[in-house]
Amino acid sequence: MSTVLNVNSLSKSFGGLRALNDVDLQVDSGEIVALIGPNGAGKTTFFNCITGIYEPTDGDVFFTPHDEEERRVNGMKPNKVTELGMARTFQNIRLFKNMTVLENVMVARHCRTKAGILDALLRPPHVKREEKENIEKSYELLKYVGLNQHYNDLACNLPYGDQRKLEIARAMATEPSLLLLDEPAAGMNPQETASLKELVLDIRDKFNLAILLIEHDMSMVMSLSERIYVMEYGCLISQGTPEEVSKDPQVIKAYLGEESHA
Amino acid sequence: MQGLKQSIITSLWFMFLTFPIMVARVNTIENTVEWRWMNLAYVGVGVFFLSYVWRWALARKEAKQYEAPSTETAKKQSWLSRAMEEPAVARPALAALFALSVAMPMLVTTYQTNIFISFLLYVVLGLGLNIIVGVAGLLFLGHAAFYAIGAYSYALLNHYFGIGFWIALPLGGLFACLGGIMLAFPVLRLRGDYLAIVTLGFGEIIRLVLENWGSLTGGPSGISNIDRPGLFGMELSVADANIYIYYIVLALAIITMIAVQRLKNSRIGRALQALREDEIACQAMGIDRVNVKLMAFGLGTAWAGFAGVIFAAKTTFINPASFTFMESAIILSIVVLGGMGSNLGVILGSAFLVLMPEYLRAFSEYRMIIFAAAMVLMMVFRPQGLIAPKGRKYHVDDPDLIKEGEA
Repeated sequence: MSTVLNVNSLSKSFGGLRALNDVDLQVDSGEIVALIGPNGAGKTTFFNCITGIYEPTDGDVFFTPHDEEERRVNGMKPNKVTELGMARTFQNIRLFKNMTVLENVMVARHCRTKAGILDALLRPPHVKREEKENIEKSYELLKYVGLNQHYNDLACNLPYGDQRKLEIARAMATEPSLLLLDEPAAGMNPQETASLKELVLDIRDKFNLAILLIEHDMSMVMSLSERIYVMEYGCLISQGTPEEVSKDPQVIKAYLGEESHA
Repeated sequence: MQGLKQSIITSLWFMFLTFPIMVARVNTIENTVEWRWMNLAYVGVGVFFLSYVWRWALARKEAKQYEAPSTETAKKQSWLSRAMEEPAVARPALAALFALSVAMPMLVTTYQTNIFISFLLYVVLGLGLNIIVGVAGLLFLGHAAFYAIGAYSYALLNHYFGIGFWIALPLGGLFACLGGIMLAFPVLRLRGDYLAIVTLGFGEIIRLVLENWGSLTGGPSGISNIDRPGLFGMELSVADANIYIYYIVLALAIITMIAVQRLKNSRIGRALQALREDEIACQAMGIDRVNVKLMAFGLGTAWAGFAGVIFAAKTTFINPASFTFMESAIILSIVVLGGMGSNLGVILGSAFLVLMPEYLRAFSEYRMIIFAAAMVLMMVFRPQGLIAPKGRKYHVDDPDLIKEGEA
């Protein structure tokens, strides 16, 4: 099994605040890995560092897209990272609210399509074909996540759970080999969480990609992920299979607080 | 009842406020005071009526907001945009409009043709600005500067090198486009109000340079005797040249409309819209933010350059006074009034802001009051503009899809 994402002693400081401290993390192809930790542990900062939104202060991020050689991606622009094949969703939903559901997905295919300004003005046949193909592929993805009924609605008019699904569909449209999900189940009810779990598993199998997710819903994390990393105050405090992690005294301490000997 | 009482109070208050100017008048020759009590009655009744209408309109607007969303979407589309979606209606209407605009110079006087030339110039300017403000969501207050770049490109090239209109037209657009890209570099990181201030400053810089670089641009007295566009070497009379320019600007306006529409519905256009909606998500979806912003500025300002060249050819005389901040403000008003992101809106907006003042010359003293009142009314009752932009509807063939209404 090959490694898709290999993070070596990654650190990020904001002034005097060390948000990430020597974080090592590996994701193998076809694996679902979870990153958990209390609020403010630095999980989203970690995502921002590997996707290029922040530049890491120290350390290396190596990314190996499908059938390609390993690339060092820290310091790369976010759009380049996405082009290589790393897609993400956002904790606080960041859809293009005043565009239609279909357009949201079509935008994400920007780096997989080529039409330039002149192509847009003159519309030669190959551009028309590309546009048609773009619509079809985007629509297929919407159908896959079950949003095809709403494809011409504005994204802001979708119910909350569907907005989360649209974020996933949008990320999938960039044709990634690694999918980063930032709290996909936040604010969802138990049924929605269950169907999301099915969706994540199915995506992994159908598109043959690795998934790294941040999640607070423990039942989802424990049943979904093959390995778990636990963070606290910017450091990794534990890693392993769900069973190992849930028994780790350090993890229990981080989540439940220290036992007081009063 | 409450509204009635409020309106009576407003009307009494206005009667009191306007008393000194509307009622009492001192006749300085005969040293008497005239009391025009009828005026008081006019003010009272007028204000009462207006304030009642105002309240009624506000109440109606609020009631509308609480209606069920399903009925709202059907009603929301104005009859105009609904008619334009129907090809059977839209095609003959567009053809008739086109025939009318082609026949226009034959039907009206030279003076009227002139007015329509400036109307079409503002349509082109507005459509260009619409790419930057409406589609890409970058608040831009320096559009007149690029209009000036286009105009001065032609004027200077013509003055110093004798270059003709048809060569200067693409060059003017190119220079304005390059100017837009040059401005875009320092403002890449700015958004919203800050961007507006910088672009406003840039507009003033261009104007001040033109005004003070006397040796090159002639300073405040400008450049005169610019050649009119040539038609295969024929000499045209002033009236004929005007008609010729009318056709040129009509062609440019139509080309601009088609080009902007196509751009908006393309890969680039979607990237611009994504930039407007959310910059971080836009980058995370693989869009190069820098590239797209440069494109937005370049594509928007190029049209201002084209319009500038035609403006210089039309007036044969330009000076920096034609490119003040007022000009940028009017172009922005056209876009905002018409509806940001909507092409049809830009045409209606410039019709309102350019044609109205010309045809209401009888009320020219009150022009700014009417203008301001119209703006206030728009912002209160229709903040999305005359024609609200709506997402493009795509058609997908899918037998599994439940059609609307059947569900």
